[in-house]
Amino acid sequence: MRRYLIRKMVIYALTFFLAVTIDWLIPRFMPGDPIRNMLTRVSVASNATAIQMMYDYYARLFGLDLPLWQQYLNFWKALFQGDLGISTYLFPTPVVDVLKRAVPYDVFLLVPAVLLGWYTGNKFGAFAARSKRLDNFVLPISYILTATPYMWLGILMAWFFGIVVGIFPIAGAYSFSLRPTWSVTFLLDLLHHWFLPFASLFIIEFGGWAIGMRNMIIYELEAEYSRYLNALGAPKSLVRKYAFDNAILPQITGLALKLGVIVAGALVTEVVFSYPGIGYLLLAAIQNQDYFLIQGCFLFIVLGVLIANFVIDLVYLVVDPRTRRGMVGESA
Amino acid sequence: MAFKVENLTVYYQTLRGDVRALEHASFQLVDGEIMGLAGESGCGKTTLGHSLIVLFPPMKYISGRVEVDGEEIPIWDAEGMNTHRFRKISLIPQYAMNAMNPIRKIGVMIRELLESRGVHYKDILPELKRRLDLVALPHEVLKMYPIELSGGMKQRMVMVISSLLNPSLLIADEITSALDVATQKAVAEMLVEFRDREFVKNLIVITHDISILYQIADSILIMYAGVLAEKAPTRSIIESPRHPYTRLLISALPEVGVRFAEKRLQGIPGNPPLLLNPPTGCRFRERCPLAYERCLEEPPFIEVERDHFVACWKEYENHAQAG
Amino acid sequence: MKKRSEVLYFTLRNKKLLIGSGIILFFLILALIGPTFTKYKPLEYASPRGAEPPSTHFWMGTTFFGQDVFSQFVNGLRATFVVGLLGGGLGTLVGMLIGFTAGYRGGIVDEILNAFTNIVLVIPTLAVLLIIAAYLQVRSLLMECLFIGLTAWPWVARAIRAQTFSLRTREFVDLAKLSGMKPLRIIRDEIAPNMMSYLVLVFILQFGGAILTAATLDFIGLGPTNTISLGLMMQYAVLWGALPFGMWWWFVPPGLAITAIVGALYSMNVGLDEIFNPKLREI
Repeated sequence: MRRYLIRKMVIYALTFFLAVTIDWLIPRFMPGDPIRNMLTRVSVASNATAIQMMYDYYARLFGLDLPLWQQYLNFWKALFQGDLGISTYLFPTPVVDVLKRAVPYDVFLLVPAVLLGWYTGNKFGAFAARSKRLDNFVLPISYILTATPYMWLGILMAWFFGIVVGIFPIAGAYSFSLRPTWSVTFLLDLLHHWFLPFASLFIIEFGGWAIGMRNMIIYELEAEYSRYLNALGAPKSLVRKYAFDNAILPQITGLALKLGVIVAGALVTEVVFSYPGIGYLLLAAIQNQDYFLIQGCFLFIVLGVLIANFVIDLVYLVVDPRTRRGMVGESA
Repeated sequence: MAFKVENLTVYYQTLRGDVRALEHASFQLVDGEIMGLAGESGCGKTTLGHSLIVLFPPMKYISGRVEVDGEEIPIWDAEGMNTHRFRKISLIPQYAMNAMNPIRKIGVMIRELLESRGVHYKDILPELKRRLDLVALPHEVLKMYPIELSGGMKQRMVMVISSLLNPSLLIADEITSALDVATQKAVAEMLVEFRDREFVKNLIVITHDISILYQIADSILIMYAGVLAEKAPTRSIIESPRHPYTRLLISALPEVGVRFAEKRLQGIPGNPPLLLNPPTGCRFRERCPLAYERCLEEPPFIEVERDHFVACWKEYENHAQAG
Repeated sequence: MKKRSEVLYFTLRNKKLLIGSGIILFFLILALIGPTFTKYKPLEYASPRGAEPPSTHFWMGTTFFGQDVFSQFVNGLRATFVVGLLGGGLGTLVGMLIGFTAGYRGGIVDEILNAFTNIVLVIPTLAVLLIIAAYLQVRSLLMECLFIGLTAWPWVARAIRAQTFSLRTREFVDLAKLSGMKPLRIIRDEIAPNMMSYLVLVFILQFGGAILTAATLDFIGLGPTNTISLGLMMQYAVLWGALPFGMWWWFVPPGLAITAIVGALYSMNVGLDEIFNPKLREI
């Protein structure tokens, strides 16, 4: 077991180091100049020397006048102090604050959608695996769902429920006329805006997990231990229970991977519904060439993925006795 | 009669039609008899063995009757069979090494299985431990996962589990195929122990390895292409087989201590027929050196000598002549 | 029945495969010859009246800018197929090479390749794609295919590696080795035929996956800058108020086409799986 954990930790540490380095490198080699960009938006000076002075000032402020290797080391230093720099797009807000404002919306949207979709999808998939009639009806629908490009589903839902039927809003996290407070009106409005993006994410998740689980259960029901139980007259409930317990294991690793990918994947939802999450922020940062915001968003996403993966690895250790005993299955 | 099978016929449903895997098999076993069931791959021995306990699709019951301890058991009724499975009839499967749930401790799995069949685990635990001793397994295995056991250990564990409720009939399907010779001997001897200690009344040992049967079986049933060819006490089969197929089979066995410096080991030329459209009459006739016109009609499986059954016209005629 | 005619027999009777290939064929033909039937180029301002619903003149109506939706649609279909083929193909190729080498060689080679695959898997590809795509202001369809192929391969590598492992330890390979066959011949004659069917299935999934990924990238605005695609159509639609103004003809067809194509691919996949794996065939 220790070998397993150590191996995983080494890989994660390596990936983290690589990711941070790439994260730091990326904006520096992007075409375009963030300071100039910011200046054209923020300043009103038309004097060439004035602009140059401001440019130098900001270059020093952001540390962009230092040699590259020094910038790199400073980056690591600042990272451990929790300082991710200052955003040029939303100057003068520090990147950390910008992220802090966006994270709750992402978590609020994604965590219920993925977890609920995972739970109900698995239960439903297991159910479909044992009822032929339900299976014939549900399977094609699930396949169509996974074949649907996510944004299209979102658009259709927004159009139908938002415009045609008109019971849900289609943009923003809350009405423009309201300010964020802990009032009931605000919370209700929040939920109102939250529902469509959440529902669209949930449906896709549900479809994917249901199909996966159904296939896994069918596979396990034909496994030799299932046949043995049947030969010894075990009731169907026991056979199904064993099949489910075995089938759920790869679904757990799948969950980790999903959690990892979806942090960036909610981006599409955020674009369709103009929902202010991290993905939306990253996109805006790229479009405005805000180095530090890009760095911050990307780092945040990678960190989230690594942590999620690590947590699931621990969970797997608890749940699958084979890993504990040092035998590594196909998930290695 | 402790165990009786009458005219058992089981087919496999396939896209191309029914494969006639087992046709009107009839035989009987007395209390305590260990019968070996032998034959080439595809001869129907596994079909026969399995049909007695669980008919998986695509297996299809066609006709026949099975009696255990004088009581008919409804092998065509999957639900109805459940009361008998594990209690009256049990199976040590060919895949014994993978037969246990990989993510459950063995003791827990046994407990859950027993409870689901209405047996209290605590009540049977002392007996379970005694049996573990018998097969030389430490009691600690109950706390281990299947992956921690070696192949031979898993095999013995499954043997213990399958026979735990003292079934009248225990079917052992190719349980020695995957083992080394020394373990094979040990496992075979354990089977005999089970019978001697009256854990089981009858054993059907399915194998393609006749040498094992020679060690432990009281009688041997030879099958060919889905029909019974010959059944007789082990000694008779080995020393004086009557069916041409059995004779060729026995002579094809290498003898210990005999060297064939110049002669090549003779197999039986030809292949068994496909059972989708089996040939009419005796299924062995195309490979049989003694075949003649009568063989176009299927020979009956009759007793030509005490406890010695053969399905061969030549033997039939000899028997008829002898009166 | 001989092996090959048996495969053919089941191929021609498998509903899922037939329906799936039928749908793909339909769209493929539309993509190949459709653009020759259009009177207007996809980005040409064909109608001064702006957005209009489908009519006899404009089969799929016009966009906010008066562009012919049908023309955009059939040209976008072309891009879709190209991406699926090249992007999916590249991913399959890279994954196959890495997975097969890791599975066949084993040992330290396997460990290294495995670690590499794991690292690439853990990195959130969309975030990386976003950033890489942001580097290049002008992007071509080919570049998009490249991105997709180079980020989709880990899944393929894993699957192929597992399959190679299981094939490698099968008896017929040991037999071949014992009889002194050269390793390359073993690969070609013993392992490859068994892998072929698996590779076909993998490729189909990659094809579909590439199409979906491309649609997503295009939708966020990080797709090719010089062509039209189905994802881009949807992006423009959302950007230019198709939702509040109810211009359904602008965003429904592209999404529908993608769903149909990818769905057909999955259907073909399941059908082919049934053909290659006799156990799954229904009686």
